[in-house]
Amino acid sequence: MADILTLKNINKTYGLNTKNPTQVLFDLNLSIEEKSFNAIIGQSGSGKSTLLNIIGTLDKPTSGEVLFNGKQLNEYSKDELADFRNQSIGFIFQFHYLLPEFTALENVLMPYKISKQEVTEEIMQRANELLDIVGLDKFKNNLANNLSGGQQQRVAIARSLINHPKIVLADEPTGNLDSDTTENVYQLLREINKKLETTFIIITHDRHIAEKTDRIIEVKDGRIYLDIIK
Amino acid sequence: MKLAFQIAKRFLLSAKRQTIVIILGIGVGISVQVFIGSLISGLQVSLVDSTIGSRSQISITIDDEYISNYQNTIATIESSSDNIIVVSPTVSTSGSLVKDDLSEIIILRGLEFSTAKEIYNLEDKLVEGSFPTSSNQVLLGKNLKELLSINVGDSVVYDSPVYDNETFEVVGFFDFKVQEINNTWVLSTIPTVQNILSITDQVSQIEMQLDKVFDADLTKEEIVASLNDTNFTVSTWIAENEELLSGLQGQSSSSLTIQVAVVISVVISISSVLPVTVLQKSRQLGILKAMGVKDKDASMIFLFEGLLLGVGGAIVGILLGMGLLLAFTTFALNPDGTPVIPLTFDIGFLLLSGGIAIVASTLATLSPARKSSKLSVIEVIRNG
Repeated sequence: MADILTLKNINKTYGLNTKNPTQVLFDLNLSIEEKSFNAIIGQSGSGKSTLLNIIGTLDKPTSGEVLFNGKQLNEYSKDELADFRNQSIGFIFQFHYLLPEFTALENVLMPYKISKQEVTEEIMQRANELLDIVGLDKFKNNLANNLSGGQQQRVAIARSLINHPKIVLADEPTGNLDSDTTENVYQLLREINKKLETTFIIITHDRHIAEKTDRIIEVKDGRIYLDIIK
Repeated sequence: MKLAFQIAKRFLLSAKRQTIVIILGIGVGISVQVFIGSLISGLQVSLVDSTIGSRSQISITIDDEYISNYQNTIATIESSSDNIIVVSPTVSTSGSLVKDDLSEIIILRGLEFSTAKEIYNLEDKLVEGSFPTSSNQVLLGKNLKELLSINVGDSVVYDSPVYDNETFEVVGFFDFKVQEINNTWVLSTIPTVQNILSITDQVSQIEMQLDKVFDADLTKEEIVASLNDTNFTVSTWIAENEELLSGLQGQSSSSLTIQVAVVISVVISISSVLPVTVLQKSRQLGILKAMGVKDKDASMIFLFEGLLLGVGGAIVGILLGMGLLLAFTTFALNPDGTPVIPLTFDIGFLLLSGGIAIVASTLATLSPARKSSKLSVIEVIRNG
């Protein structure tokens, strides 16, 4: 299968212009296959979140190249990157990051609305379907604040998928969920990966979960320490 | 754009109490501005109206001579400026009015009633009888009625050492509420007076009323330029009422100072509150940007918040200001029961005040909007 994402010689240093610059990533090279389900593991401070943020274009590498479907992302302007994130990437964060002022359904529709398109019946149906897939059809009109942690995380998953992204990046999506919910959320992500053929890169602490993925990438001290493809 | 507006609206609605407090803050400021501004302009309108409202605001004469061919002159004047509402010729002379053995010194004024009615607001001033319609009919000041014991329908004699005597029929009485005028003015048609003076197609003065009375000097210049004849003497109410004018200007500038101070305080208060809301919403902004909201659209959210707060503040401010004004004119009364200052709602001024609220609130969001556009997603994501 073709690579959807390629990182070449990625270095990331924080505080470059200060007395104590900290290098977080060292000459990191990585390729991610299309439609694959990947886990990134590593201890706190190993650089795995930074890596994910660079992949998601939320952060820029100090040096090195990020290629998405063969295209250089470094050359994109800020607005082009915003469009790229909107169209090609779905984000799921540890802290859900729903907009508390909006309902579950409105949160799911948000990336679509950001793309400045009129909300059609078709997209409404898709949003409802996604909420149905994550089991929240009945709560779709609840304000995000009135949902439990697990429910919010499932809304975030539905939201990440609304624009048919090529790749979903999840940073410890079950980090603050109980073990049953964690299991359910992973089942869900796996199903979506199979059904919609979306590529997933998931950061997790949980080795038990990581073992269920197609590939485990362990990051240690800013370098790839282990890369196991099943 | 549409989404930015929706998000702005939702942000404001989700913090109702804060939104209400901000809108009230803007509203109270604007209401003071509306109240003070309307009060002072009401005061000025009533002052101007009672002093110069019902009289000629620009008068044209030729020294020691009559104005010949006055119809042409009037046509020239009318086309010289947009500020002129009505132009009216008058021809005057003096003499005595005699009834039986009583006599009073009077000023006989021949008017073109169709236009003079507009200048002097004669319809309202007529207290008895009707307007002269044919020659030798006259309208007298109400004091002359008592001084000479005359009634409508009586005949009086105009007596002059220079011109021939003439008998007039009294058709009515007016009250200008100015003793001197009520004592001395006798109004008639132009031909009546021309006949006494043995002139035709000549008048002694051309009078006019203006739309914007304070632009009288400007209008005067336009008239002088159009007439292009140095024989004419053009005088304005401003030259004749310098003290009134400086009083009015003093009021205007103090009112303006108060209004500017109020608006500045409104802007400062909004500018100090809105950055806090950006801070409050930085998490939401971070996630929106991660999902692809562009920096420009992120700023638009806050500009729209400012706009909405401004619109809310403008509505509250105008209503509150009108309420204050209504209360003032209801409770602050003269002994005769009329309001001390007449109630005036100048729609233009109200809209201006509302516009100031909207523009000021929107401008006050510029700095928070810039901040939100600069907000980095990664900072928000990393700091949870």
